[in-house]
Amino acid sequence: MANAKEIKTVLFGPVFANNPIALQVLGICSALAVTTKMDKALVMCIALTLVTAFSNFFISLIRNHIPSSVRIIVQMTIIASLVIVVDQLLKAFAYDVAKELSVFVGLIITNCIVMGRAEAFAMKSAPGISFLDGIGNGLGYSAVLMTVAFIRELGGSGTLFGVEIMPLVKDGGWYQPMGLLLMPPSAFIIIAGLIWLLRTFRTEQVEKA
Amino acid sequence: MSSNNDSISKTLIVVISLCLVCAVIVSTAAVQLRPQQTANKLLDSQKNVLAVTGLLSGSDIQQLYSKHIEERFVDLDTGSFVEKPANYDYRKFMKDPQESVRLSGEEDLASIKSRANIAPIYLAYNNGIESGELSAIVLPIHGYGLWSTMHAFLALGADGTTIKGLNYYEQGETAGLGGEVQNPKWVEQFEGKKLLDQSGAPAIKVVKPGNASADSAFEVDGLSGATLTSNGVQYTFDFWAGAKGFAPFLAKVRDGALNNG
Repeated sequence: MANAKEIKTVLFGPVFANNPIALQVLGICSALAVTTKMDKALVMCIALTLVTAFSNFFISLIRNHIPSSVRIIVQMTIIASLVIVVDQLLKAFAYDVAKELSVFVGLIITNCIVMGRAEAFAMKSAPGISFLDGIGNGLGYSAVLMTVAFIRELGGSGTLFGVEIMPLVKDGGWYQPMGLLLMPPSAFIIIAGLIWLLRTFRTEQVEKA
Repeated sequence: MSSNNDSISKTLIVVISLCLVCAVIVSTAAVQLRPQQTANKLLDSQKNVLAVTGLLSGSDIQQLYSKHIEERFVDLDTGSFVEKPANYDYRKFMKDPQESVRLSGEEDLASIKSRANIAPIYLAYNNGIESGELSAIVLPIHGYGLWSTMHAFLALGADGTTIKGLNYYEQGETAGLGGEVQNPKWVEQFEGKKLLDQSGAPAIKVVKPGNASADSAFEVDGLSGATLTSNGVQYTFDFWAGAKGFAPFLAKVRDGALNNG
C-alpha cells in the first residue's frame, strides 16, 4: 500500500487539482440531467462514486490477466454489472429516488469518468489505491454536481433538498424563479462558470491556445 | 507476460469466466431483490390512491388501504363491473393487443395509442369499507404531455362528477415547469370543480394561467411556462371523461349503480 501522501493526492487531487468534470471535461451528460434537485444529484453522486470505486477495484484485481485485445469489453462488463446491481438496490431500498432518477442510473455505464479511470489508472495500479482513486474521482464529480444542483435548485425552484428557502411568487411569496435554471442548458453555463473560476485561481490548468 | 495474455485460449478463458461471474452476481441481485421491489411498487400505488382521496396519514399504508379502499374492475365499453381477470396488470394490459383496443387518430385525444378493455377503479370509504358510505371513486387516468406519458389518479365524489382530488404520480415533464403538475398547490384548484356538465359530456377546462374565473365550476388555471403540458392534462381529461374512457361507467354511477353495492 502506498504512503499517506500518495493516498491524499489520489483521494483529494481529483476534487480541485484534477477534477474529472472541470479539467478533463468528462461525465457532462449526467451533470446536465440530474442536477435540477439536490437530493437527486446526491443519490446520483453516491451511485457513481460507488461504481467508480468498485469497478476500479475489480479491474485492478484482474489487471494482469486481462488480454489487451479485449480489455475495453472486459472493463465494460464489470462496470455494467456493477451499475445493474446499484440500480436494483436503489429500486429495492430507495424506491422514490430510483423512480425519479429512472434511466440515469443505467447511464452511469456510459459515463466517461468510470471508463476513463478504469483505463487510465486501474489497469496500471494496485487494487487498494485504485479503489481510493475511484472514491477520489467520485468526490470530484460530486463536488461539481452538488454545486451545480445547489445553484439550479435554489435559483430555479427556491428550495434546497426540497425544503423551501425562498417562497415563490406563485405560492404567495416574493421570489420569481428563473425558468432557465431548470433547463439542461443552464448546467452548461454553470459548469463553464465553475471551470472559469477554478482556472482563474489555478492558472496551471489553463490550456495553451 | 502480455503475449501470454493475448493467446486465444487465455483470452477465451478470461472472458468466459468473467461473464459467468458477472452473470451470477447480476442475476442473484435481481432475484434476491425482486420481492422487495414488487412490494415497493404495490405500496407506492396504494399510497397514491390514498393520497388522492385525502386518506393518507401516518405510515401504515397497507392497513389504511385495506380498511378504506375497495378495488373493483370496470369494463370500459359497457361501464359495468366485472371480475378481476387472471394475471391482471393494468400497465401490461393497456398495451396487450388481446386485452386492449387500438384508438383511431380521432379517438386518441390523449395520445395513448391503445386502451385496456378493463380498468381498475378504487372505491374509497372514509369510515371504513364496512360502513358502506362511499366517499370517493378513484379512476386511473393517463395521457401524453410534452415529453412523457403522465399517469394520475382522479378522485370523484360519489355523484361521479365532482372532483375531489387529482394526483399526478408519474410523469417526466420538465422539472419546475411541466413537472409542476405534481405540485399540490396546482392540483388543489381541481377540487370542487365538475368533471362533466349537465348532459354528462366532459366539461373541465384548463385555461390560460390566470384566466380561470373563480365562480366557474369547470375552469382551472393552466401551468405557466408549460402550455403543452397543460394541454396534455386537458386532453387526458377529455379522453378519460369521454365515451372511450369512463363515460359509460360514470353514467351508470349517476344512475345509482353504486348505491346498492
